[in-house]
Amino acid sequence: MTSTTDRPSTDQPRSLRDRTANSIQRERKDRLVKAALLATVAFALIPLAFILSATAYQGLGAFGWEFLTQPPPANPNEEGGGYGPMVFGTIYMVGLAVLMSVPLGVAAAVFLVEYKESKLVAPIRFFTDVMTGVPSIFVGLFVFSALVIDADLFFGTLPGAVSLAVLMLPIVVRSSEEVLRLVPDDLRNAAYGLGARRRQVVTRVVLPAAGPGLITSAMLAVARGAGETAPLLLTALGGRQLVFELTGRPQTALPLQILDDARGAFQPAIERAWAGAFTLMLLVLLFTVAARVIGRRSQLDGR
Amino acid sequence: MFRAFVAGCGLLVLVILAWMIIATTRDALPVFEKEGIVGFFLGTEWAPGNARDGTITGEYGALEFLAGTIYVSIMAMIIAVPMAIGIALYLTELAPRRLRKPLTYMVDLLAAVPSVVYGLVGAKILAGVMLPLWNAINDNLAFLPFLGGTVRVNNLSLGALVLAIMVLPIISAVTREVFAQVPIDERHAAFGLGATRWEVMRHVVIHRSRAGIVGGSMLGLGRALGETIAVLLVLGANSRLLFEPFNTSQTVAAQIAAAFKEASPEYIRALVALGVALFVLTLIVNVLSRLVVNRFGNITGDASI
Repeated sequence: MTSTTDRPSTDQPRSLRDRTANSIQRERKDRLVKAALLATVAFALIPLAFILSATAYQGLGAFGWEFLTQPPPANPNEEGGGYGPMVFGTIYMVGLAVLMSVPLGVAAAVFLVEYKESKLVAPIRFFTDVMTGVPSIFVGLFVFSALVIDADLFFGTLPGAVSLAVLMLPIVVRSSEEVLRLVPDDLRNAAYGLGARRRQVVTRVVLPAAGPGLITSAMLAVARGAGETAPLLLTALGGRQLVFELTGRPQTALPLQILDDARGAFQPAIERAWAGAFTLMLLVLLFTVAARVIGRRSQLDGR
Repeated sequence: MFRAFVAGCGLLVLVILAWMIIATTRDALPVFEKEGIVGFFLGTEWAPGNARDGTITGEYGALEFLAGTIYVSIMAMIIAVPMAIGIALYLTELAPRRLRKPLTYMVDLLAAVPSVVYGLVGAKILAGVMLPLWNAINDNLAFLPFLGGTVRVNNLSLGALVLAIMVLPIISAVTREVFAQVPIDERHAAFGLGATRWEVMRHVVIHRSRAGIVGGSMLGLGRALGETIAVLLVLGANSRLLFEPFNTSQTVAAQIAAAFKEASPEYIRALVALGVALFVLTLIVNVLSRLVVNRFGNITGDASI
């Protein structure tokens, strides 16, 4: 900023509207930076538009009912077929992972919010945050060594689902915690005033009030889990058939087959990979946007 | 009873984290014992063996993968951090109120795109779009060190670009939150002194948020270090200690994913050891960044998780 106090007093009296070179320069710089910032935001939205349109454009060719239900052909260089088993595998494993991670995660969030006085709250919250940053491939290695090898389960649905659950758990804890915090203390105090115990307050008042928000957090976790590839590579392994068994047979999933086909050199397989990517994007966006809509409907959203 | 149950669920996070470290370190121990910590981290010879009886016969020096990981991640940060700061500044200081929420939401949506989709778009489309630019830079700046060599379609720069877009939402989410916490009074005081918008941003908003920007960037760095599938598809999966920005490379995470399926039991131990090294690296970065970021309160939004 400029200082005008040291201006010699011999200067002509100057109107406030007169602009010094310095102020013009500062204004020009201001305008330049504003334009640059706007350009940055526009530049960041290009990839989003690019990814959405590219997957839609490239994927719609092979996409359709047949794609969602048929297995891929034995020879990857053949046209036709689809990702039926992969769609099933993804839904199967993500479903199991939700059943494992959501109840545990919500319970952990209840502990973090309702038992603030406990000394355990701070470390648990901190390490939950740290756990969101653990590389997903490392989670895969962990589940591989703990379940596939130590527990002798072989590759399959259950180890895959567990690895997804481990990745989803901190997400569920963090977002459920935010939701539970939004439940007004007045509700809790009213219940306590009626003589309710802490367990009753949580199960009868806090959780029902937070219901829609908790669904939102579960759906965000689903959106994340459905797109995970790296941990499944080491735990579910992948394959081409429909697998119903929980353990003992390698399970496949959408991202696994996309990766497999994308790394190959066969054009028909690459087209299927694009259609698979389109399916995956639909799934993920559907859950992300629906989670947002449900979250907005929630009466607790104070924003 | 109820308290014990919910506390147990909370503790489960700590148990899983501890179990992760114990199970993987135990598996990787023979490799670390044979190579030594220094030999594993700084060795350049990577020649996997095929032993099935638990002995370690190959050579495992992970420097090329570690160097590739750090190199591509830092390049990604050089692209992503200024952009994230710019986005956060625009969204908190300049954007019209009506546009603020939708724009924020769209940037956050980048975090929801699965990494395999990033990899596919990066390898099949972006690689071809960027190739002329790589060639132009490489030819015109050939006098600089590490430039002027071969230009590959899948290379470090492409990997860095894709990674930068992937970590952009998390860095900008943290930075946004930190900027929003700068007291409005201080902005008004600066405006009152005649500062332009940019001067307020620079001398008040950014100045006050330095710690938060560093913390958010490190959070992004942690994500970049551990990213696997997108990198596997765009980096060319070929590790050599070259440091040429337009040549292929390989990261720790991508090497684990690439080699796992055909690996011998001995090699799998070495891959687990690679995983442990990566985990230690990201754990340090994550703990440090969380210590900084958590001082600013809870970071909300889809991108932060």
